[in-house]
Amino acid sequence: MKPLLRFLTCGSVDDGKSTLIGRLLHDCGAVAQDRLAGLADFSLLADGLEAEREQGITIDVAHLYFGTEKRRFILADTPGHEQYTRNMATGASTADLAVVLVDAAKGVLTQTRRHSTIAHLLGIRQFVLAVNKMDLAGFDRARFEEIRDDFGRFAEELGIDAVTAIPVCALDGDNVAERSGRMVWYEGPTLLAALEDANSQAPSSLPFRMPVQTVIRDAGRLYAGTVASGSVKPGDRIEIAPAGTPAEVARIVTMEGDLAEAGAGQAVAIALASEVDCSRGDMLAGGDAPQVADQFEASLVWMSEEALLPGRQYLLKLGTQTVPATVQEPKYKLGIDTMEQLAAKTLALNEIGVANIWTARPIAFEPYAASRALGGFILIDRIAASTVAAGMIHFALRRSENVHEQTLAVTPALRAGLKQQRPKLLWFTGLSGAGKSTIANLVEAKLHARGRHTFLLDGDNVRLGLNKDLGFTAADRVENIRRAGEAAKLMLDAGLIVLTAFISPFRAERAMVRSLVAQGDFIEIFVDTPLAEAERRDTKGLYKKARAGQLANFTGVDSPYETPETPEIHIDTLTIDAEAAAELIVSKLDV
Amino acid sequence: MHSLRRFTIGEAVPIRRRNGPLTLDPLSRLEAEAIQIIREAAAEAERPVMLFSGGKDSCVMLHLARKAFFPARPPFPLLHVDTGWKFAELYRLRDDLAAEAGMALIVHRNPEAEARGINPFDHGATLHTELWKTEGLKQALDAGRFDLAFGGARRDEEMSRAKERVFSVRSPGHGWDPKRQRPELWQLYNGRLGAGESLRVFPLSDWTERDVWAYVAREQLKVASLYFAAERPTCIRDDALLIVDDDRAGLEVTMRRVRVRTVGCWPLTGAIESGAATIEAIVAEMEGTSERAGRLIDKDQTASMERKKREGYF
Repeated sequence: MKPLLRFLTCGSVDDGKSTLIGRLLHDCGAVAQDRLAGLADFSLLADGLEAEREQGITIDVAHLYFGTEKRRFILADTPGHEQYTRNMATGASTADLAVVLVDAAKGVLTQTRRHSTIAHLLGIRQFVLAVNKMDLAGFDRARFEEIRDDFGRFAEELGIDAVTAIPVCALDGDNVAERSGRMVWYEGPTLLAALEDANSQAPSSLPFRMPVQTVIRDAGRLYAGTVASGSVKPGDRIEIAPAGTPAEVARIVTMEGDLAEAGAGQAVAIALASEVDCSRGDMLAGGDAPQVADQFEASLVWMSEEALLPGRQYLLKLGTQTVPATVQEPKYKLGIDTMEQLAAKTLALNEIGVANIWTARPIAFEPYAASRALGGFILIDRIAASTVAAGMIHFALRRSENVHEQTLAVTPALRAGLKQQRPKLLWFTGLSGAGKSTIANLVEAKLHARGRHTFLLDGDNVRLGLNKDLGFTAADRVENIRRAGEAAKLMLDAGLIVLTAFISPFRAERAMVRSLVAQGDFIEIFVDTPLAEAERRDTKGLYKKARAGQLANFTGVDSPYETPETPEIHIDTLTIDAEAAAELIVSKLDV
Repeated sequence: MHSLRRFTIGEAVPIRRRNGPLTLDPLSRLEAEAIQIIREAAAEAERPVMLFSGGKDSCVMLHLARKAFFPARPPFPLLHVDTGWKFAELYRLRDDLAAEAGMALIVHRNPEAEARGINPFDHGATLHTELWKTEGLKQALDAGRFDLAFGGARRDEEMSRAKERVFSVRSPGHGWDPKRQRPELWQLYNGRLGAGESLRVFPLSDWTERDVWAYVAREQLKVASLYFAAERPTCIRDDALLIVDDDRAGLEVTMRRVRVRTVGCWPLTGAIESGAATIEAIVAEMEGTSERAGRLIDKDQTASMERKKREGYF
């Protein structure tokens, strides 16, 4: 029996996709009699959600399972509408083959091209073009061949290796599972035969790779994971990436007993010959070492209602590694209809583009073209924890291999020790006019009086120098805080107690700065002044300007302020004055 | 009509060579994918738990969990949300298998349902299920502060389950919003949670009922004898054929040769008259009807599974 085939179906609205799937399942005998009874038409077999049946459209990916004497199939039925591109990408990510549906009357549409481009981008190289509703085209051979050639030209441009075009009439089952008596001129396979004969995705040609999922501690340490490519035997010399530590495979452990060899797709646990530093997120690798870098170029499919913010820190998950990462401004995005490269500052929901990605530390990976498992990644929003994008790595940027962190002889701890203090980052956040700078000034003066070495980074002052090239858009605000955070971190390493006074309106960026410094060293101080009160004080006259429309993107007026959820220190300026607030803060510090 | 291939039951082809690279047979591939899911979920969760009823799917899931962490024990407890109306055989099997795995077993019974004496005969399937199972499950998950629960549901069971993610996020009230599911690409699962959210993880998502039986045979797993035909005391109630497991309801019984396809509470589990006493025979017999046709709780309204899932049912 041939290996399992995963495929997806995609088509435009009203191409008859659900009918085709229903027909395919029915003709394979995969539809239970009790489910078939009382079914108005085949399309209702595929659309499983109430909303889908009500609206007569496919919204979400459905997975359907069926088989014949020759083969087993997993079908990902994906929606055709442009607003559900992310769901289509999801279905395509694991598929070996795509069935692209075209209405014989309409021919190849922009949506057809779009679906094929996405499927190709996700790594699908085999296509079946099902030209449906041939009955409405009078079973005309010339019409079928016109569509076939039209798609063929486009497929060649895309770089699709194999296209099988099949004329079908899903409603009556012509050329679905049975040969059509109404299109005797067609000599190719039926849809089902084409699926039965298709190749499964060729296994990756890479040598042994296994991301470590978890460490099983029993008598010794076992590194558990699924082999992503190649094979491994006891005695093999391997390395642990990204560190590059050499190791030797001692045993391959399973509940059925030790294995003499394990190959791609197998879930195993590996014991190494000697004790080494290895944990979840590391990759066991044989043969040529995997790529290790912290900067690379990738394609991105944006999947969140909230658009990409270049510079914002997201979490990147690739294999079993999860690292903070930022996306640079896109190099381009693909036009929805034409698929041409367009200039872009961001990527919105369902947009596809190419950008450079920087990770907080080097990760081990392979280009997506060589391995879906080791080159595909997702981006996760740090606060909402949602999956916001899918990415496919093209290649590492060369410069990341050339910049190595310098190990310094004098460490931050030594510098702090000389000053006899514990460096801390006091991060004041709050609306414009809340009193951040005033309170921070008083705190610094009190610390200075106690002989502490301090530095105050004030938002306005930094914007006059280091950040004078930045404006007030969301993307610039993110970059503003990133630079301030990095500057503060350098001063922390110098042994100073650093105070900062920035509006810093977004939780994600405050969390990013928090992650830069050691746990316990980041003190978030929320200077809590209600908007009405800050506006009433309006010490700099900015609210007046903003309300008059002279200042765009002003926090609290037309740009959001995300209140800290659990600040270390909360100052309610309606109940205490600046002097008392400063006293309170100093009393809470352990410096 | 093409007929479905009938699996050669017990066929174990863990690995074979074909033109060089190692390839896995479909059942071994499903097994490996399920183990990967279980390991990934356990690694990302803070307090995982595995739902365990003793039914065939949960027996398979437990076996996979043991394989995933062998030679250590799975790093989470088992949880059974009990209704008091399960088959006696299932209670015994549940306890035996948990003990064999060396895992802690938490049994939760909704105290409110207990106090009110909720039962399927006086209160109907809908209320019984909602209070004992849906509410009971939420209580148990909250009480254990579990952020991730493994379930044995499969996508081929029912239409709304075909739409379910492998890592499926639940809102702070344990609700499921089918329109706001996370995209799930490759075998790359996002195990992170927003405030108050929790995860349901389904390692058997891509398995079919046939796969479950083929695996039970291949791995020689212990499953309830109720799945196999035997003479049992039965009665017909509301057009459904029930196996009468105890005399609490005072039903008049007739002996019939029957078996079940899925097991739930005995008053809500439709049995079928059958002579199928081996795995081969039951796999042959199951073609043509859907698995949950015997589950009376699915029939109370259209799209009933989707609605129950939205409210927090597994």
